[in-house]
Amino acid sequence: MSEKAKAKKSFNSNTLLLFITIALFIVLYAGGCIAYGAKGFTHLQTFLNILITNAGLICVTCGMTCVMLTGGIDISVGALIAMDCMLLAVGMSKGIGAVPMVLIILLIGAVFGIFQGFLVGYLEIQPFIVSMAGMFFCRGMTAVICTDQVSIKQDTNPLFYAWANAKIVIPFGGYLNNKGKYMAPYVRPGVVVALVVLILTFIMLRYTKFGRSLYAVGGSAQSAAMMGLNVKRIKMGAYMLSSFLCSIGGICYCLNTMAGSVSQALGLEMDAISSAVIGGTLLTGGVGNVIGSFFGVLINGTISSIVKTNGKLASSWPNILTAALLFVFIVIQSIFAALRKRNK
Amino acid sequence: MEDNVVLTARGISMTFPGVKALDNVDLTLRKGEIHALMGENGAGKSTLIKCLTGINDFEAGEIHIEGIDGPVRNHSTRDAQNVGISTVYQEVNLCPNLSVAENLFIGREPLTVLHTVDRKSYNKRSQKIMDELGISVDVTQNLENYSLAIQQMVAIARAVDMECKVLILDEPTSSLDDEEVEKLFTLMRGLREKGVSILFVTHFLEQVYAVCDRITVLRNGKYVGEYPIADLPRMKLVAAMMGKDLDDLAEIKKEQKDYSKEPMEISAKGLSHAGTIKPFNLDIHKGEVVGIGGLLGSGRSELARCIYGADKAQTGSLEVAGEQVKINQPIDAMNKGMGMLPDDRKAEGIIADLSVRENIILALQAKRGMLRQLTRAQQEEIADRYIDLIQIKTASKETLVKQLSGGNQQKVILARWLATDPDFLILDEPTRGIDIGTKSEIQKLIVKLAGEGKSVLFISSEIEEMLRTCSRMVIMRDGQKVGELDHELSQENVMKAIAGGEA
Amino acid sequence: MSSINSKSFWRRIKSWPLLLPVVALLLVMAVNIIHDAATGANPLSFFLVSLKDTTTNGTILYGRIIDIINRGSEVAILAIGMTLVVSASAGTDISVGSVMSLCASFMCMMLAGYGVSSTTTLAVPLVIGLLAAVVMGLVCGAFNGTLVAHLSIQPMVATLILYSAARAIGLLLCNDLIVYVRNPSFAFFGAFAGPIPTPIIITVICIVIVSLVLKKTALGMYIQSVGINAKASRIAGLNSKLLIFLAYTLCGLFAAIAGIVASSRITSADSNNIGLYLEMDAILSVALGGNSLGGGKFNLAGSIIGAYTIQAITTTLYALGVSSIQAPVFKAIIVILIVVIEAPPFKAFVNRMSAAKAAKGVKA
Repeated sequence: MSEKAKAKKSFNSNTLLLFITIALFIVLYAGGCIAYGAKGFTHLQTFLNILITNAGLICVTCGMTCVMLTGGIDISVGALIAMDCMLLAVGMSKGIGAVPMVLIILLIGAVFGIFQGFLVGYLEIQPFIVSMAGMFFCRGMTAVICTDQVSIKQDTNPLFYAWANAKIVIPFGGYLNNKGKYMAPYVRPGVVVALVVLILTFIMLRYTKFGRSLYAVGGSAQSAAMMGLNVKRIKMGAYMLSSFLCSIGGICYCLNTMAGSVSQALGLEMDAISSAVIGGTLLTGGVGNVIGSFFGVLINGTISSIVKTNGKLASSWPNILTAALLFVFIVIQSIFAALRKRNK
Repeated sequence: MEDNVVLTARGISMTFPGVKALDNVDLTLRKGEIHALMGENGAGKSTLIKCLTGINDFEAGEIHIEGIDGPVRNHSTRDAQNVGISTVYQEVNLCPNLSVAENLFIGREPLTVLHTVDRKSYNKRSQKIMDELGISVDVTQNLENYSLAIQQMVAIARAVDMECKVLILDEPTSSLDDEEVEKLFTLMRGLREKGVSILFVTHFLEQVYAVCDRITVLRNGKYVGEYPIADLPRMKLVAAMMGKDLDDLAEIKKEQKDYSKEPMEISAKGLSHAGTIKPFNLDIHKGEVVGIGGLLGSGRSELARCIYGADKAQTGSLEVAGEQVKINQPIDAMNKGMGMLPDDRKAEGIIADLSVRENIILALQAKRGMLRQLTRAQQEEIADRYIDLIQIKTASKETLVKQLSGGNQQKVILARWLATDPDFLILDEPTRGIDIGTKSEIQKLIVKLAGEGKSVLFISSEIEEMLRTCSRMVIMRDGQKVGELDHELSQENVMKAIAGGEA
Repeated sequence: MSSINSKSFWRRIKSWPLLLPVVALLLVMAVNIIHDAATGANPLSFFLVSLKDTTTNGTILYGRIIDIINRGSEVAILAIGMTLVVSASAGTDISVGSVMSLCASFMCMMLAGYGVSSTTTLAVPLVIGLLAAVVMGLVCGAFNGTLVAHLSIQPMVATLILYSAARAIGLLLCNDLIVYVRNPSFAFFGAFAGPIPTPIIITVICIVIVSLVLKKTALGMYIQSVGINAKASRIAGLNSKLLIFLAYTLCGLFAAIAGIVASSRITSADSNNIGLYLEMDAILSVALGGNSLGGGKFNLAGSIIGAYTIQAITTTLYALGVSSIQAPVFKAIIVILIVVIEAPPFKAFVNRMSAAKAAKGVKA
């Protein structure tokens, strides 16, 4: 054995958390398959539906993970999505094309993020307060744009309608329905977008200077500054990224709902935060990755899916179960943190 | 300039509001030497370092660095790094959640053609750096998986790789064990061979003699002298730091009273707190003032904290006035008649945003419990009494305590404890950073309290002060109680005991 | 001589702790007066209070200002607890709105019986129902308190759990229904006691009790002391953890009381809507009241004036034709203005600017 083995190869609590998350997902999903196999839970399409429903959430969670890596939080995302959807719906009903609208939404997301990031990074205001105000602002703005529900129809914007209804068929894993017809599994374009965002964020966090500096800032902002990183700008970048990815998520979300309304995506920020936490992102910053967060989203989606498939359980169960999971993971995190401190 | 001098600082002066932190201080670093910077609390070591590294802006004096024309003045740590001065602090300023290699290269990572970080290349380079320095680590592992000593060394490696000429190590060994310290020394010696000048700040005398070539001593912001290590044996070093030349030590004769007949106030057996203080026994009698002698970091504060429950004792037992007690937190100790004035006034003493009155009555109120609030009249009476008694200079008793000067803040905390009428009072550096007049007032007060039958545990960096007030002294070294002195209390004896070894 | 006097007068005004909330309140009043004058109404109609006969409640006090004080009750009650939490732990309890809803649901479930969606007769004595709400609030508060004080979890994160779960649990308790308790004795808490709206009376009682506790016990000093310097407080004999725990538990209690009022007003437990966004209003009240969200010194009067100011803003916005779902935009702008003004980097920037200006002035 070389001397290098001396590195305390003690159990790495972060990897462990990720394993717990993945195992939990498998157990949950397997449990769903066993309990509701007869209701079609075992079909590949059930899994794909989880992805379709949560395409927006995946994008949002990727952004949330980046912000949380720096030790911050962004609770404005749900409201921003509502505002995005409303803008898309109203804009398209006014006859603006799908592509310009999408670009406008992305631009608004980035600008909004820069503003929040400026307040957090440069004015050192607590992220929670800043994003709470951001949430207020977006939710209210949604109502200022239009107080009614506005839906996107085929005749007003056929292109967007076509995106929403496009099916990307997967060549395997189909099943025969009760009439004996082969049902090919499919995903919607939103899923492709979400997965691309996921992969790009993964690469960004792992292989770019900016990605690594997010970890550094979260690990110790003071040290990062001492090592010559521009902590303020990095923080601002994280919030910009979060709002930008959230806007991409908003477009995916809108492809599912095809409407804008004030009460849309209510509480979505909590889903994103809990997904990230369950996926092993530490709320204190510096630890986590989007793969874990992705599994966090899948766990949340699976819980909803099971409750829906059951059909008899009260609609509030997914919320309660997610919160319970969040509780368990937060307590585990705090225990790990205490252990690590004691080891020192 | 001498030939092989890398850095000279001449006549550095710097004032903080009300305090002359540095007064005409000199420092000379030569190529390839390990140079110790020694001094007690408030001697100006850290202020001097901050002047070198650009954190503090000094008022007078010049710094010259080899190869640079004209005086150098740094305005940030970045500036300092650019002229070749790097600093490694006691708390490692690295990111524990990143790999060793990333910590070495973050902010200056080599990039691939795709503009992604070239992990392979910097991992390889990092491994090479660490191998060259003789530090055996796997650079792809996260930093937090390594001991503090390795983390220190990674910080040093980062500094060295950024081509520093002068490496400042600010108390790097405080939280390392003996083996780790030895590893660090090996690294330091290796760097010395490579021609790096190291300025080493520590409060462990052993370490100075183990690794250093030269010593610069500061005292009260003043330059005392620079000595080759061979010319300054332990005793002389301690004397230089404490401010007494051995030759003119005046014996302070003190009336000795035999306290051993007095009833026992505090009796500690085998108390310890992991990582800070090894098991110790201590008896204190009624009316006795016991001093704790030892250098900063010797465990003198930790011993007191352990008795008081500020750091909960993990082993041993404690008797107060003959009664076995269990102390889990400070309030338990207070209910047994103890009080403690902590050494860090800002962090653990004052409640900055509360008024003088509230600060004075706080401990008494805590002792009475939340429901039995002192009436406003009582509070004012108590505040007035102590403001008067120990002459706290404040605009009014409703002035926020943060607006008072350091000495008066200290008096407020003292008043807080006097108001609880304790039987046993721990005073940890009560006179640090306050003017001479207040110092002697506090000393007189200690003697007076003892006269009233209270016991006092007195900790100070100034031996003279303790000699004047204490009837017995406990000597601490390296987290361990190494002895007690009673009849033969003299500056010389105490210093010998503190210095230890073959003085 | 007079200039010196006016200077010290300004300094005293500037250091007055209630400056921010009072100025904000005056601004809101001014907007109302201008608006009324502009629309040709009596400029002082904002302040007019009159007696009005109603068929349902008899003779009651009536007027815009009464309406604001009445509608602001829940936020004012929540602001009391939030003030303590912010002071002791330098963090906010974002679960209060959800906990309000949970307490209301639990109470209505007890009063109506499980699974009953509408009732006029009470299944258990009213007192039991009220007690149930209070106990639920205390339990939620204690849960938050344990996480923050004993497990050292950041307040926002710890309270996030109940923020997302409490409402859902309430819905579960009510069997996914909106439970109506149409009973006059229950409706009393949201209606009128004589001519005065009962929520006002409840709020006043809460404020008086808390003020008395703060005056007659050392709780206020303890909490501030822990919030300012927890380490030093511990050395001085305070149990920092217990005090933080206590602050959160009290916050839960006040959430329960606010829940009772809110639910009684609409004689039902509408889990999805009771207390929605009220945590934000409560936090905003504390900030608007001149309290630092960084903990430490607190000023209860400020928070309460802050709470009514927020209600006044809301009511005024409605009067100006802004709908209730659009109002958050303005609140967001107010929050940002307050926190930016109080942000240390901004203050430092302003100081630098004014110093530069002064230097220029000297040169000139």
